[in-house]
Amino acid sequence: MIADNPWVDALVRMGIVALAVPVAVIILTWVERKVIGRLQMRLGPMRVGPYGMLQGVADTIKLLTKEDLRPQTADRWTFELAPFVIVVPVFLAFVTLPLTADLFVRNLTLGLFYIVAVSGVSIVGFVMAGWGSDNKYALLGGARAAAQLISYEIPLVMAVLAVAMVGQSLNLAELVNDQGSVPNIVWQPLPFFIFVVAGLAELYRQPFDIPVAESEVVGGPFVEYSGIRWSMFQMAEFVNMVLISVLGSLLFLGGWNWPLGNEAGAALQVPLIVVKTSGFILMFMWVRGSLPRLRIDQLMAFCWQILLPFAFLQIIINGWVLVYDWPDWVMGVLSGLATAAAVYLTYRGAQQAAEPVSPRLHRVGSAF
Amino acid sequence: MTTEYRPPHERELETIDLNVNVGPQHPATHGVFRMVLTVDGEQVVDLDPVIGYMHRGAEKLSENCDYRQAIGYQDRTEYLGQFNAELCYVLAVEKIAGIQPPERADYIRVILTELNRIASHYMFMGAFGTDIGIFGTSFMYSFRDRETIQDLFEEVTGERMMYAYFRPGGVAWDVPEDFRERCRTVLDAVRCGIEDIDGLMTENEVIIARCRGLSPVTPAQAIDWGVTGPMLRATGLAHDLRVAEPYSIYDRFEFDIPTGTQGDVYDRYLVRLAEMRQSVRIVEQALERMPEGPIMAEGLKRTLRLPEGEVYMRNETPRGEYGIYLISRGADKPYRLKIRSPAFSNLSALRAMSIGSYVADTIINLGSIDIVLCEVDR
Repeated sequence: MIADNPWVDALVRMGIVALAVPVAVIILTWVERKVIGRLQMRLGPMRVGPYGMLQGVADTIKLLTKEDLRPQTADRWTFELAPFVIVVPVFLAFVTLPLTADLFVRNLTLGLFYIVAVSGVSIVGFVMAGWGSDNKYALLGGARAAAQLISYEIPLVMAVLAVAMVGQSLNLAELVNDQGSVPNIVWQPLPFFIFVVAGLAELYRQPFDIPVAESEVVGGPFVEYSGIRWSMFQMAEFVNMVLISVLGSLLFLGGWNWPLGNEAGAALQVPLIVVKTSGFILMFMWVRGSLPRLRIDQLMAFCWQILLPFAFLQIIINGWVLVYDWPDWVMGVLSGLATAAAVYLTYRGAQQAAEPVSPRLHRVGSAF
Repeated sequence: MTTEYRPPHERELETIDLNVNVGPQHPATHGVFRMVLTVDGEQVVDLDPVIGYMHRGAEKLSENCDYRQAIGYQDRTEYLGQFNAELCYVLAVEKIAGIQPPERADYIRVILTELNRIASHYMFMGAFGTDIGIFGTSFMYSFRDRETIQDLFEEVTGERMMYAYFRPGGVAWDVPEDFRERCRTVLDAVRCGIEDIDGLMTENEVIIARCRGLSPVTPAQAIDWGVTGPMLRATGLAHDLRVAEPYSIYDRFEFDIPTGTQGDVYDRYLVRLAEMRQSVRIVEQALERMPEGPIMAEGLKRTLRLPEGEVYMRNETPRGEYGIYLISRGADKPYRLKIRSPAFSNLSALRAMSIGSYVADTIINLGSIDIVLCEVDR
């Protein structure tokens, strides 16, 4: 309890979320530009403030003051509502996301279910933006987004479900409290990998940035947006990234609990969750700086042929372990074997067409 | 990846094919190229390339300049392999005039031309990575080392892009005194850069999955379409004009012709990567043997008047066979100058390569041709 009056308490908690999340986004835009800059042997932003730290603020001001353009032939309401349809659900998901044992807006019993359900609504926004822009790139991008995001929602949910099965709860706080001694990643590595990959696809970042592919559909559904509306898409992407990262650290890395234990004060829990979340975020940025893009059919095949069957496999494994009351390490071994199989199948799929990689050399040159 | 195409009215669910206009302003068209794609969902049913946005009449313009002034138009035509294009033009003029450039000038030309080839292939590596979707990393890696080459060219010629340094009979002025050492420094950076690109892209699983087996071209098709350069060699034909028809002093160097096996996009990438290594070898040999001496043929008049005659000179630029057809009627200007542009011929393969593939693959196909629009449109 932050305040005695439940109304005041709820308002204060909502205020914290509503403030902290946009601030985190502004910081993250700077971090992303810096991290990718260093990966590419650049300095990244250096001009605005020390080490360019105020770059995010400058960007925000620029975007807020830019003209809000709408193509004349665009479907007005669809076009103008789409950014909200994408942003609002992402923020709604934060309502039940506990950051520490005491820092959350409302700890719902079905919190996990709520987050998954609410964040799925964003997909409609992509289709709206793609359709409403009256632009063929946007249309292609919107269709790609619909196909990709809906497909990857399923393995994501299945991976999360596997964790919930073992934790015997859909309440995030309870799931975290359950991981006091051993985080879930140890006994369930497979759902962790599925979660990370599917999460990356949900964020439409490299190597899954197919809906917004710069070199193909030039930003996809967002191509016609400018100024504040465009920045809302951008914000949704970053908030979503924070959401997936926090969710990942809560479900798989023991959240604020492991390794400090549930009794540690907020002074220790907050840094702990920040470190775990940052780990996820930095990994997403690292992947972005080094991997190219998959093709849409490869992406779909990967989802339906690798991720989804293996997500089901994990649920079956967890079911066995729970029904027959086997020890946890059995689940860990089975899940580990399944992970190895999934990685092998993915690798083989990528190598299938590949031949030996060095070109032949024709020795024809003559020295004098 | 080709699937059977059925016209709209024969499908279970009647749909309309969509015309998507890619370019002339699009991040992946490498200039002002435009292609009208007819897509059925994600698949390309038809592709209509539209060129000419960069047409400047370089051939006609050259006919109104004297032989030395026209050199500049070659830079502006092939703006990534400027020295290669200049070399072709200069050799054509020398062939008609019967001028023999001094030894030192020949070596300087070869060194600069091969460095230029490396710089051009660096540009390809960067742009190709971006086409596949690497977020600028390949571009930054390439440009770090391309920049060292550019700096060297700037020191030698005073220009970063439009060099106009080769002249009929030699080169415009001598290279700086520390040219050898500077070149060696550049080569060190380039070698390191090639390994970096290799490490970033060659065995990247996503790149292999995307490019291996994508739009393979057979040697017969390549010959039919007039495809030359790395695209031709990727099909397995070891045809390189530097060896097949040695011009300048290329017969004095030892180097290999890298060829591919399947002629697909991945082979084109590999061939270019291997070609960069071979160019490094050529520059190394040329640096060792470069003699001292004059850099311009003796007894040339201020205004060059060529005897009557015509010549077709061709050489191997980073994109393929660059040709100059030159007719002289005894005046101080070319009577006719025709440029055979390799990128134009290579581009003609785009439609056949792309039909039936995915939209995303079309972009890679275009990238793998490595077009220079100024040279296509002239």
